[in-house]
Amino acid sequence: MVLPKSSALIILLIVIGLVIGGTWIGQNINLLPIDASTNASVYDELFKVLFSIGAILFFGITGLVIYSLIRFRKKPGELGDGLPIADNLPLEVFWTAVPTIVILFVGLYSYDIYDRMGGMQKLQINQHDHSAMVSEQKIWGGIGTGSIEPTTQNKATSLPVEVTALQFAFLFHYPKGDILSGELHVPVGQPVSMRLESKDVIHAFWVPQFRIKQDIIPGQPTMLNFTPTKPGRYPIICAELCGPYHGGMRSSVIVEEPNKYQEWFNSNSKESLTES
Amino acid sequence: MTISIPEKTNSPIGNLQPKGWFRYFSFSLDHKVIGLQYLVCGFIFYLIGGALASAIRIELTSPISDFVPRDVYNQILTLHGTIMIFLWIVPVVNGAFGNYLIPFYVGARDMAFPRLNAIAFWMIPPAGLLLISSYFINGSAQSGWTAYPPLSITTPAAGQLIWILSVLLLGGSSIFGGVNFIATILKLRRPGLKLMQMPMYCWAMLGTSILIVLSTPVLAGTLILLSFDIVAHTGFFNPSLGGNAVVYQHLFWFYSHPAVYIMVLPAFGLVSEILPVHSRKPLFGYSTMVYSIMTIVVLGFLVWAHHMFTSGTPPWMRLFFTIATSFIAVPTGIKFFNWVATLWGGKITLNSAMLFSCGFIVNFVFGGITGVALAQVPFDIHVHDTYFVVAHFHYIVYGGSVFVIFSSIYHWYPKFTGRMLNENLGRFHFALTFIGFNLCFAPQHWLGLNGMPRRVAEYDPQFQFVNQLSSIGALIMAISTLPFLWNAIHSAFKGSIAGDNPWAALTPEWLTSSPPPVENWDGPAPLVTKPYGYGVQTKEAETQSGNEPAINGDN
Repeated sequence: MVLPKSSALIILLIVIGLVIGGTWIGQNINLLPIDASTNASVYDELFKVLFSIGAILFFGITGLVIYSLIRFRKKPGELGDGLPIADNLPLEVFWTAVPTIVILFVGLYSYDIYDRMGGMQKLQINQHDHSAMVSEQKIWGGIGTGSIEPTTQNKATSLPVEVTALQFAFLFHYPKGDILSGELHVPVGQPVSMRLESKDVIHAFWVPQFRIKQDIIPGQPTMLNFTPTKPGRYPIICAELCGPYHGGMRSSVIVEEPNKYQEWFNSNSKESLTES
Repeated sequence: MTISIPEKTNSPIGNLQPKGWFRYFSFSLDHKVIGLQYLVCGFIFYLIGGALASAIRIELTSPISDFVPRDVYNQILTLHGTIMIFLWIVPVVNGAFGNYLIPFYVGARDMAFPRLNAIAFWMIPPAGLLLISSYFINGSAQSGWTAYPPLSITTPAAGQLIWILSVLLLGGSSIFGGVNFIATILKLRRPGLKLMQMPMYCWAMLGTSILIVLSTPVLAGTLILLSFDIVAHTGFFNPSLGGNAVVYQHLFWFYSHPAVYIMVLPAFGLVSEILPVHSRKPLFGYSTMVYSIMTIVVLGFLVWAHHMFTSGTPPWMRLFFTIATSFIAVPTGIKFFNWVATLWGGKITLNSAMLFSCGFIVNFVFGGITGVALAQVPFDIHVHDTYFVVAHFHYIVYGGSVFVIFSSIYHWYPKFTGRMLNENLGRFHFALTFIGFNLCFAPQHWLGLNGMPRRVAEYDPQFQFVNQLSSIGALIMAISTLPFLWNAIHSAFKGSIAGDNPWAALTPEWLTSSPPPVENWDGPAPLVTKPYGYGVQTKEAETQSGNEPAINGDN
């Protein structure tokens, strides 16, 4: 036979080794920047699972290729052909079933992740929020649109921000207080609800530490919500080619403790507001 | 069993064909000449595209924009993408190997429409020169190979219009080729050759040609509308005139996602020809391979919006395209398992062709895994339009298609020229390419995950070291072309004589002289019903004329 004797045990051991090794790689090798939003920790769960599955499959198949190339090399002077095995139905059913099951698992799992990020929730913000949104306009949501707890009625806790992108800058407008800023200041732990609009070409709003991205499309406002969890200064990056200075189109999001944010807010606010 | 086709008639067209070296510069109707024209022309554009890639990597060795002006940088990346896709990979995996091999594989003396075939090739050099010349007019297109409006409407119009014109020409060439392949495979098969007896590359080309014929016209229509927006100030895609920029993305990706399969399906077919020969084993799971190809063709039309997960697509659409895209991994996975099973239990000769094919398997599995990850909406939201995506698609189109192109050149060069390539130089070429490629693109996954967007000339200084690592990889890749070029040119004159069938292969292109005569076989076309009959051909020898028991190859 092609397979050596007592191969079943060896194969079993190799598969177990692969699964353990792949899972270890996926769980322990960190390739991501710090997670600074509620979205990011959910994302990192998905990443670890995908990384583990990917590592198992990659090392498994690569191992098979390398093993075959060593084990089944033609020896010098050897004549003749390999075994005339052209198909094997159970084997083919097996390796149709395995990817199908893996894909179904990955699909269902990522659906769950997507749901937890709030991707499947309908845009409720329009009806509750009285910021300058035109209800007639078709507003499409980015991921995390529903990450504001939909059950709670205290929508006042979500901080509305209007983002305007233009070649080659972001402008952040706070309707409450009428602040116009080149940097995004947000208090830690409070959901932020952004409405993004472009003045010229397509841009994209990306904060790697939040694991969120949304294109900013002229003529079609988009929504993006997130809840920062760790104070710090993180880059806001334009991720859609928007012209010669695309690489320089960056800004920062400054996540601050609520009192420091309030300080910033009060010193920049153009309206005198009594905070509730 | 053997049904003979009548001896070749003394067709006057055959006799009017130019002879000697000049025929490669002429409007030749010979499918083999046209195939080599595609191959050499494509390789010249590959060198140009590679030089542009080097410029990109030089610019990215430092975090500031210092090597070329910013707008020139955008022109370079646009030209690099367009040239590598439309002038190198698509014409070579389809046009070059398709033209050379398909008539052999179906037992025909030429393609179904030889003149259309020659026209399809001769559209490419002018289109390519047009594209490159736009740089000298007023700057070439600078909105990326995707040419998303409104950016493509607001950047200098001349370059963008020339880009549209040349892509239209190249798309037209591709459609002509596709029609020709479908007609040849379905209608020019030698009597007695059944569809399920064709070599796998025929199936790959049939599937690819269906994709080309059905999807390329959509791109053509889209680009024509885009050119109206630029020239006539219509408002199809221009939001300031009431247009919709996202509609363009839908139309563009309706072609450009299938374009990925147009680049990799023929590569799958070529690998399916190369692996059995050098492992002396039948191709494993022929019929599942055929069904896999056709499943990929059908699914290939239903996945385009996975390029648009951040473009403001409704949730149901994101989910649908996630699921459809993920499921492409199933037929693709089957093909990879079948290739591994083809190696298993063989008598493998690890020559350059085999090394590149196995390198392809490893690279493509890696690119496929990151592809499944990218298909997941929540995953993609973070890495879309970053270097993670750049790394992913280079693993698919370079680690996949380009590795297979090199593998195929090493495999069929003896047939093209009648001489062998130098094996040691070939292995050296493989080692440089494989190391350079992985050093160049593997670190880019990390860059994307950590915050480097694609298509930028300047970046956060924390990414400098990894970018320099990547640039060293690119340098090794650039150097790796030199031993190949020397090998290909030197061996054409000084290589050892190959003989008709140096690999003792069973597919029909090896059952004629090297290089083959004008109409492929001097006698009747052989009927090869078992193109992968390794290990069993002693039993079949009496039914298949010309198939001798396997002999050891030259090395």
